[in-house]
Amino acid sequence: MPHGRLKPRQYLILGLVSICAPLGDTCLSRGMTHMPAITLAHPGSLIAAVFTPWIATGIALLIGFFASYLTALSWADLTYVLPATAFGNVIVALLSKFWLHEPVSLARWAGIVLITLGVGFVAQGPSLTERPAGPHAAAAPALTEEEHAR
Amino acid sequence: MMLYSTSAHPGAWTATGMIAAVVLASTCGEVLTAAAMKSIGDLDEIRARTGLKGAIRAVVTCPLFFAGVFFLALAFFALLFALNHLDLSLVAPASASLTLVTNAIAAKLFLHENVDRRRWAAAVFVCIGVYLLAH
Repeated sequence: MPHGRLKPRQYLILGLVSICAPLGDTCLSRGMTHMPAITLAHPGSLIAAVFTPWIATGIALLIGFFASYLTALSWADLTYVLPATAFGNVIVALLSKFWLHEPVSLARWAGIVLITLGVGFVAQGPSLTERPAGPHAAAAPALTEEEHAR
Repeated sequence: MMLYSTSAHPGAWTATGMIAAVVLASTCGEVLTAAAMKSIGDLDEIRARTGLKGAIRAVVTCPLFFAGVFFLALAFFALLFALNHLDLSLVAPASASLTLVTNAIAAKLFLHENVDRRRWAAAVFVCIGVYLLAH
């Protein structure tokens, strides 16, 4: 397991963490705004909403986010993965500017620059805290040698 | 009870309490989930050894994981409760950005992660950046 640099596949998983959550939220928002008002008197319409294309896509993207987030946490520190999740906000802001042609204020550009700098700082360092080899780490090779002896 | 009896615009202390509840529950959830995933080990390696079913089994049989999900769900409902009383433009950026800093502190204290100057700087930069973007 790499303690310093990540493999390309692991960068891909961090990319999925960044992009799936904001895209999933956007799909849910788009789907729900196009739905007629849902009231507690008709809860069935909420269940029906789950099967509309935008909301189903949003749910699939959020499941993808959670799966890739858990995978990233299994080989990287929490303080390494969290800035990647925040980088999704930058992607959404850039998409809204260049794809949807929405105005982006000066404060938002400053936010984009700060998040990019923060993610850049973390990405330059090791992804996982080095831990001293404990008694379990020492026991594992001994067991393997025993098995080989058999 | 007190929260329901206040007017449409709760006081500063009530608003702080609501945001603090979101941040606290979210931080507990993130730290417990991270601890669970570290105790399970590299999911890519587990999946290579035992397949996708084995990786899913390793996650869903870890009690720490469910403790983390419980707190994340609690954070979600605390956020809904706060949104019911406060403006989105206050709750969303404040909770999202503060959670980054509290997570860095909790990761250092409880997960014993090496939060060096680079990571502290990143947490502060991202915190201010998220606030500016979401506000």
